[in-house]
Order: sequence, then C-alpha cells, then structure tokens
Amino acid sequence: MWRWLHPYAKPEATYRLVDKLLPWFAGLTLISLLVGMVWGLAFAPADYQQGDSYRIIYIHVPAAIFSMGAYFGMAICGAIALIWQIKTAEWALPAIAPVGAAMTAIALFTGAIWGKPMWGTWWVWDARLTSELILLFLYIGVMALYAAFDDARTGAKAASILAIVGVVNLPIIHYSVEWWNTLHQGATITKFERPSIATSMLWPLLISLLGFMLLTATLVLMRYKNQLLKHELNRPWAQAELALDSRESAEETR
Amino acid sequence: MNPRRKKRLTWVLVLVVGVSIAIGLMLYAMSYSINLFYTPSDFEQVEEGKQPPQVGQRMRIGGMVVEGSVDRDPETLEVSFKVTDTGPEVTILYQGILPDLFREGQGIVAQGELIAPRTLKASEVLAKHDEEYMPPELAEKMKGIKHVNPNQPAEQGETP
Repeated sequence: MWRWLHPYAKPEATYRLVDKLLPWFAGLTLISLLVGMVWGLAFAPADYQQGDSYRIIYIHVPAAIFSMGAYFGMAICGAIALIWQIKTAEWALPAIAPVGAAMTAIALFTGAIWGKPMWGTWWVWDARLTSELILLFLYIGVMALYAAFDDARTGAKAASILAIVGVVNLPIIHYSVEWWNTLHQGATITKFERPSIATSMLWPLLISLLGFMLLTATLVLMRYKNQLLKHELNRPWAQAELALDSRESAEETR
Repeated sequence: MNPRRKKRLTWVLVLVVGVSIAIGLMLYAMSYSINLFYTPSDFEQVEEGKQPPQVGQRMRIGGMVVEGSVDRDPETLEVSFKVTDTGPEVTILYQGILPDLFREGQGIVAQGELIAPRTLKASEVLAKHDEEYMPPELAEKMKGIKHVNPNQPAEQGETP
C-alpha cells in the first residue's frame, strides 16, 4: 500500500519532488495570500461590535491554526524518523520548526495587538494564551534539542521524541476555551456547527487560511530543500545540482 | 512491518498515550486554578471540595453586565455595575476607564478584591467578546438590537 512512498527515503528522489512542487506552491501562495489579505483587510464589512479592529482575524486565525498544523506535521515526521529511521524524515524537523515557531509568534503577537483595544489588555494568563505560548516553547525546544548533540542523528532522535510528546498540547490549545473559563472567546470556524461569522466575512477568512497553509508549506519546502542539499553535499547528485544552479545564475548575470 | 519497527511503534504509542493520561489527570486536578475567573454561580453552588470565594480574597469574576445596572458618578470616573450568569448578581465597583467593548449585556472579566460577600472592588475590568462576527446591518436584523455603547452619549446611537 505504501510502496509509492518508498523512493522518498532517498534524498535525491525527495529533492526532485520538492523541486517540482515548490514553484506551484509559491505561485498559489502569492495569489491566495494577496486575495485573502486585500479582501479581508480592505473590503470585508466591519464588525457590528468591534468595528475595523476585528480585521486582524484574517492574520491571527490562519497563523494560529497553522502554527498547530505545522506542529502536527513535524510530530508525524518525528514519528516516522523514530519508527522507520528514515533520514529524510529527520531532516524535516529543522525545516518545519522555525516556520511553525514564526507562525506561533505571529499568532501571539497579533493576538496581543488585538487584545489591547478589544479586551483592554495585551496579555492574560488564560488557558488559551498560555497553551499557545507553550507551543512556541515546544518549537524552540525542538530546535535547540536538534542542535544540542555532536551526533546529528542522536539530536534528531531526541527532538523527534520531544515533538511527539508535545502533540498532547494541540488538543489542549484547541479545547482550552471550552474546558476552562478563559478571556479568549470560543472557536468561530474550527467547530462542527455552522461558523459563527457572516458569509461576507467568512470567504476572505477561508482564502486567508488557504494562503497561510500554502505559505507555511512553501517556506517549509524551501527550508527542506536546503536541508537535503546540506546533508548530501558530498554526493554526486547534489554536486551536479549545485553546479547546474551556479551555471544558470552565471548565465543570467551575463 | 518488521518486528523491530513494530516494537518502536509500540513504544511511541505507549509514550503518547502515557503522557496524554498524565497531562490529562494533571489538568483535571488543576482545573479550578486554570480557570481564569470565578462565575457568579460559583458564589452559590460550590462544588464539593472547592472553596467559595471569601471576603478579602483577590479574585477575578467573569459574567454578563446586567442591563440597566451601570451607574456612573457624573463627577468622577467611578462606576458600578452588576454582573451575573445564571447565578446571583455580583456588584462591581471600579474607578477608571472601561474598555471600548464594555456594554450592557456584554461579557466582562473584573479583577480585584472581594470587599463584601457579593461586592468586588475592581482594579481592572476587561471586556470579553464572543466568537460571532457580522456586519452591523445583519446584527440589527438578526438580533433586533442596536448595540449602544454606554461610553458614548445615546444620541450618537450607532457604534463605529
């Protein structure tokens, strides 16, 4: 069943795939992010209570969702790295972690600048905000642990274990607003009922979500490509790839 | 799947399940402290093994501002209002500027000291908003109410 996945244990095959996918992801990111941001930030109607301030939702919610999505992806790579001991899965961890950490930081930062005018405070130690902050620390922990060992594979193993254990935090973030009393409001779209947002505001939000998903994927793929090259630097295929790249750029400058 | 991989898979699953149970129990045990605020019902129906709020305690209370209960001192910034959920009404005394979203019928969280069994002297009042977003016209149609901001004179009517 999984036979089609087998070639991607080989760095070269993975590199070719990533190389092929990257322009598509980058192009679609640009389009969806542009449409989502312009529509959401400039054209969507103002909110009946929050006025224009609510518009930060078009950055805050996608960043928060994909800070968690990226973490889940990283944990899956960690599990594959631990169980099947595939190098290409190990290298995905340092590719994903900084991107996810950046998304988490964006979610926390935009949340704070949304909270000040609406709630009246930048920060409260409620369950949602605190668990999202812990997510940022988990990302930083994974990055630090990955780099903390002289032997790269030991570091990858340790980071994988931390990434997998940290998955427990994801349902806590999501359900924190239901399990406990928090200042943060409940879920608007990530629930099974109808989204509690008017259709005219929902569409740009969905497009922004798509845009942030593709942005996360694009950044991860770019970093992953570098990871593959870096680890395989002395292999003939990587050498050929680099030679090709430098020849192309030399021709461009000529 | 070969036996070594199967063994490692089992280990990973045991790790995840074990950690989940441990964290779950911990959060369940701490749930009363994780809650950001007390609700007015916590003053009446106190669950077993939990302390009701005591006079003199520093605490946060969260609830809906009771319609018509906002009482402002015209000379100073002093304001008093009542909050409730399904439980009793708790009076909040506050001196300062209320957040823009503060409205009657709106959720708030007040932090301060309980000076009487049902009165909180607040040092900070935060507005809590719900997860619903809609344009003003739709809100008027659906809810039949114009949200009037008590921070602004009534003639101005519509909120920005």
